[in-house]
Amino acid sequence: MIRKSVCIVGLFAMVMVATLLLSAASPGSPAKAPQAASAEVKVDNFSFGPATLTVAVGTTVSWTNRDDIPHTVVSTDKVFKSKVLDTDEKFSFTFAKAGTYPYFCSIHPKMTGSVVVQ
Amino acid sequence: MPKKTKDEILHDHNNDGIDRRGFLKCMAWAGTGVLCVMEGGILKSYSLSRPGAIGAREMAGELSFVQLSDSHMGFNKPANPDVAATLKAAVDKINGLSKPPEFMLHTGDISHLSKPEEFDTVDQILKGASAKDVFFVPGEHDVLNDDGKSYLERYGKKAKGAGWYSFDKKGVHFIGLVNVLNLKAGGLGTLGHEQLEWIEDDVQHLKHSTPIVVFAHIPLWSVYPEWGWGTEDSAQALAYLKRFGSVTVLNGHIHQIMQKVEGNVTFHTAASTAFPQPQPGKADSPGPMKVPAEQLKSVLGITDVNYVQGRNALAVVDSTLA
Repeated sequence: MIRKSVCIVGLFAMVMVATLLLSAASPGSPAKAPQAASAEVKVDNFSFGPATLTVAVGTTVSWTNRDDIPHTVVSTDKVFKSKVLDTDEKFSFTFAKAGTYPYFCSIHPKMTGSVVVQ
Repeated sequence: MPKKTKDEILHDHNNDGIDRRGFLKCMAWAGTGVLCVMEGGILKSYSLSRPGAIGAREMAGELSFVQLSDSHMGFNKPANPDVAATLKAAVDKINGLSKPPEFMLHTGDISHLSKPEEFDTVDQILKGASAKDVFFVPGEHDVLNDDGKSYLERYGKKAKGAGWYSFDKKGVHFIGLVNVLNLKAGGLGTLGHEQLEWIEDDVQHLKHSTPIVVFAHIPLWSVYPEWGWGTEDSAQALAYLKRFGSVTVLNGHIHQIMQKVEGNVTFHTAASTAFPQPQPGKADSPGPMKVPAEQLKSVLGITDVNYVQGRNALAVVDSTLA
């Protein structure tokens, strides 16, 4: 009976420690576990804004179509390709390697942009 | 950069290599009620909102057909929340013509998002028209997800390549072209090498006197390259048609009426049956133009083309849905 109580106390202590460790890794202290970076490109008025976006390696870039007309986000070098984005639809891509990634809207090819990954 | 005037647009951006001598231009904006007549030219157009201008001579002919364009079935934004109703209004207009047209041409953007149900709706509405045959070419909105495969299955079973074809009606040679596929970053509409070769071959056997009607979605002349309103290699296609006495080019895409004559070629863009787009450079982007509901039908329309044999002339009549 006594032995069992000790076990329960021990288990409780372990849970406490685990909880403390977990909270240490939460957004409150970002230094220990870096958050995945993200960036936004607005597709508006038949243009990409910003037209050139510079991000760090590992960044996830999201494009949201704010036009009344559908658009696409297609890498000129075939690195990424969205499906057709109707109004308010979104496409995301994570850039794992450094480099310059030009892209365009395959429906309105005058719409061009580029992501610079450093 | 200062806003461009209409004249600057026409002079600065026409790098299509066609002879400029005898250059005539005339532009009629949908909804403004402008009447456009080319003296000594090939194309004559009259607005149906001024029926007094269309006499018996203009209406008499061997062949008349209607051009429909940019129905964008599936579009439901404020610029026009009911594109099915306005397409039906276009069909009513066709059915109200004094003589039923021989057939209809649809110059693309049949659908808004290439969905089968959008094409189904258009097909269903067009069945109500007095003209039974419809000849289609795709717009970029019709080939969104599969490089045009489902479009070809539906509309292009007898077509060549990506959907181009030709046919003859009462001595007029019609050529339907596809310039909305394989678009390159920063570029304009494209016909491509294979299609250009086919055009050259297709017209080789024709007499110089054969009237030619070319129809394609994106304009085959440089309307406004800044907005992608032109076709990269259209000059090559037009070069193959240089020896013909009468060439009429019918396009859609820009959702407004515009005309131009260069040498033997008359260019004409049709109004949309769905929503208007701004004049070149007159807005930040070519997005849908919102007009008050009561004005919408005055900026939408159909084009009625009448061919008079012996005069080698095509009379193009634009009609608004108002």
